[in-house]
Amino acid sequence: MSESLPREDAAHVAKLAKLHFNDQQLNLFTGQLANILDLVETLNEVDTDGVKPTYTVSDNINVLREDVAVKSNQKNELLANAPETQDGQIKVPAIIDEES
Amino acid sequence: MSSFETTIGLEVHVELKTKSKAFSLSPVNFGDPANENTNVIDWGYPGVLPSANKGALESGMMAALALNAQITRDVHWDRKNYFYPDNPKSYQVTQQQTPIGHDGYVEIKKEDGTSKRIGIKELHVEEDAGKNSHSGKGYSLVDLNRQGTPLVEIVSQPNISSPDEAYLYLEKLRQLIQFTGISDVKMQEGSMRVDINISVRPIGAEKYGTKVEIKNVNSFQYAKNALAYEEQRQRDELMAGHIIGQETRRFDEPTKSTILMRVKEGADDYRYFPEPDLPVIHVSDEWIKAVKSSLPETADDRIARYINKFALSKKEAAVLTQTLEMANFYDQVVDDGADPKRTANYLIGDVNAYLNETQLDLQDTKLTPGHLSGMIKLIDNGTISTKQAKKVFTAITDGEEPKAYVEKNGLVQLSDPNKLTPIINQILDDNQQSIDDFKGGKDRAIGYLTGQVMKKTHGNANPKIVHEILLAELKKR
Amino acid sequence: MTDFFNENLTSLHKKLVDKEISATELTKEALNKSKSSQSEINAFITIDDEGALKRAAEIDAVGIDPDNILSGIPFAIKDNIVTKGLKTTAASHILDNFVPVYDATVIEKLNELGIVTIGKTNMDEFAMGGSTETSYFGKTANAWDHTKVPGGSSGGSASSVASGVIPVALGSDTGGSIRQPAAFNGIVGLKPTYGRVSRWGLIAFGSSLDQIGPLTRTVEDNARVLAAISGKDQRDTTTEDQSVPDFTKGIKKGVKDLRIGVPKEYFAKGIDEGVKDVVKKAIAKYESSGAKVDEVSLPHSKYGIAAYYILASSEASSNLERFDGIRYGFSARQDGQTLEDLYVRTRSEGFGDEVKRRIMLGTFALSAGFYDAYFKKAAQVRTLIVNDFAKVFENHDIILGPTTTSPAFDLGSENDDPVKMYMNDLLTIPLNLAGLPGMSINAGFTDGLPVGLQIIGKRFDESTIYKTAYAFEQDSQLFTKHPGVNF
Repeated sequence: MSESLPREDAAHVAKLAKLHFNDQQLNLFTGQLANILDLVETLNEVDTDGVKPTYTVSDNINVLREDVAVKSNQKNELLANAPETQDGQIKVPAIIDEES
Repeated sequence: MSSFETTIGLEVHVELKTKSKAFSLSPVNFGDPANENTNVIDWGYPGVLPSANKGALESGMMAALALNAQITRDVHWDRKNYFYPDNPKSYQVTQQQTPIGHDGYVEIKKEDGTSKRIGIKELHVEEDAGKNSHSGKGYSLVDLNRQGTPLVEIVSQPNISSPDEAYLYLEKLRQLIQFTGISDVKMQEGSMRVDINISVRPIGAEKYGTKVEIKNVNSFQYAKNALAYEEQRQRDELMAGHIIGQETRRFDEPTKSTILMRVKEGADDYRYFPEPDLPVIHVSDEWIKAVKSSLPETADDRIARYINKFALSKKEAAVLTQTLEMANFYDQVVDDGADPKRTANYLIGDVNAYLNETQLDLQDTKLTPGHLSGMIKLIDNGTISTKQAKKVFTAITDGEEPKAYVEKNGLVQLSDPNKLTPIINQILDDNQQSIDDFKGGKDRAIGYLTGQVMKKTHGNANPKIVHEILLAELKKR
Repeated sequence: MTDFFNENLTSLHKKLVDKEISATELTKEALNKSKSSQSEINAFITIDDEGALKRAAEIDAVGIDPDNILSGIPFAIKDNIVTKGLKTTAASHILDNFVPVYDATVIEKLNELGIVTIGKTNMDEFAMGGSTETSYFGKTANAWDHTKVPGGSSGGSASSVASGVIPVALGSDTGGSIRQPAAFNGIVGLKPTYGRVSRWGLIAFGSSLDQIGPLTRTVEDNARVLAAISGKDQRDTTTEDQSVPDFTKGIKKGVKDLRIGVPKEYFAKGIDEGVKDVVKKAIAKYESSGAKVDEVSLPHSKYGIAAYYILASSEASSNLERFDGIRYGFSARQDGQTLEDLYVRTRSEGFGDEVKRRIMLGTFALSAGFYDAYFKKAAQVRTLIVNDFAKVFENHDIILGPTTTSPAFDLGSENDDPVKMYMNDLLTIPLNLAGLPGMSINAGFTDGLPVGLQIIGKRFDESTIYKTAYAFEQDSQLFTKHPGVNF
């Protein structure tokens, strides 16, 4: 594990997370994140060889619903909350490189 | 001979025909007004949670079984994170780590008569995205109706070696999936979508060549065209000493070529992790058994049944099972009492010709199994002649009831000996020469006389009965 | 004038049934107290005058249900629990105009029982924080000392209950966000077992950790609210099919022969001495009441913070991706902008620094090449923490210790040091990782500030927690103490 977070990594992560930081903010964040990661590095003290990871503490298994459809009739309320709509659709800036 | 070998891998998305979405109760319905079939879950509202559709998971199990795949026993859902307007939560729920099915195969029969197994790496159940459409005026519009529709993604092993094999694989895959009933598998409606990966390497090379992805392939034929073009392009590039770039290309239908869309910079980083909002799934032996027993008859089983039970030829049986609609239609007509052989002939001949001519799918025509069986039964019992049936067939493709049509148009075949005998005797009286020929051992005379009777009756006489009466009356003379 | 300091649900219910006071009058009092407290403690983001009075009038029209103790009772709801038609912000700029189109399951259940929602309480933005200082809507003050933090993230809920402006409130707890503010404000806060209360309608932070729970002045009130909001919900498939008992039943059984484990790690170096003293005295009380007290060990609990900040932040980074300026909420639109610009601008302007920090941390922990070293490693350590508790519970009924490492700290004192801020959650986080129920009750005071006693139970054994809490509460009578200011 890296001892701290390189600035380029922080910039890459910001890009993935769709966040922008100016240079000063990025420096501050990189420093703070590096401190947090130092705290996280303490996990390396723990021997986890062969330990199964826990992703949920729910004991539920096979909780599935039957395939029954229910119409919400919420279309108009939902569209009303959208910042911009047109013809019953949600309006967004042009999507380039479309492949749907 | 070429000194290159081609490696093709296909990722096929199949949209499931469940009633509700994969993780929300919204109806799955193609062609409704925009955003009609959406709720707070489909919009990724703050605070919403998914609930998994048992039907979608079982459809995935059915697909896995149809493709001879192993069912994964401990399944959890994963999140695949990426931002896009048609992806409201900015993550897609899928089965990245534990696909419901793995290690299956599809057997294709090549033109030279040999077969080949195309490996299935894995199948996973996941949710579809919504649909973006482009105004061309600086904005796009998002319709979330499709968002959350369950999909099965089928990932082949990269052991498809030619565009022809890819085509055969896609056809066989479509048939196998279609006969499970879990999807319409229609390329033109988007219920089957194909992503292609292709690379080329010198024969004997240890490593695969650089993989190129091809998008916008909307039919099997296009897939074949795109692959053929791309295979040649990559060979040419390598021959010219160029390096193949890791890129995404788009099939251009008019030129039957592929066009560069974008060059990939490193791998995408989807930050997959187990979906904490959905409980894990344990698949038991009993569950698999129950799903297996709910699987409808496969295409191969139907072919065997048609050959054994209805004495159809292998070729006839194969044509009838090309689509599930055709096979189901055939079964319904035969179940209704029509002669199996005659029914097969009609479907393979007149019905297929009609579909080709009109470019319609069987279920989109006015033709019904009841009407077709009605017509065939009228032939079977001698009410109408096959010649008369031509007119009746045209009528039933317009939705007319065959019996009513036959009665209305006086198409009833003349089979009554009391009516036929005088006509036949009249003909005999007028054709002494033919009688003499017959007595002289010339069988041809019978054919001529039958023809005269048919002419006289405007083709309405039952040829079989005419033949019988002719023989009897000839003996009397 | 109703003095909530001298009331509990039973007494308020009696007054309502006896028509000493109407639901409308009670609602007006709660509204007035809430409003007049705003300039001092700023516990609310939204106070819903109109909606609350309309609701109260409806309840008065139907009449108070004598069999239903919550009928006509004013509630405050943490602002990350969605309320249909009532603005719900999660204390973030990115949702500051957001009006939900549906109710959370807990709200549906409580509305069914006839509660009146007075308003939505302040919190750390998206529940990320331990001081309610990361809210877009300003800081909330501690009920006992207005220069101190109320704790967080359910700071508004805790401070409003402790300040006597509302009888009960709902909060949410991902790493201590109910228990820590309850401790800082000297009230009763319970984080239920993971899977006890539906999360449908709780704006997700860490999905495998989040639970909604009640903040109340008394243990019995707490038990009554928990019963009202618990139960399997088809819309949250992580809720479990467990019966919901009457948690007040058996509450008075006492603690004789109760097997109590006290983890030595919960009294380690670095934990405030005043806090330790108060909690030790409380535990001694249990011993003198006939409980059997043992020192136990939770050897991996000290790694809880590190594991938690990876797991919770990773889940959060994904949960908060939906805030993209496209379907609802704040949208930083500009003419001719690209889609990428809309995303980045909306999120960069819409989220505060602490939220961004956690999104960055979580995104990093899940990113290619780091997943195994961070996310998976943390999930493995989580298993060890789960096992630690399981081992103790093999021969103990309950675990006791302090809720927090210190009493409430000064407003603004830890804002620049995230790691120091995170360390405050040392004692609360392990329960969330293990999915266990835990409660904080007032154990006494140090330097005039309340100290929380944390009571940790087995999965789905909130009943034992209530019984344990009730014994000390009745013995100490600490609930009769209050900050003194009457709003």
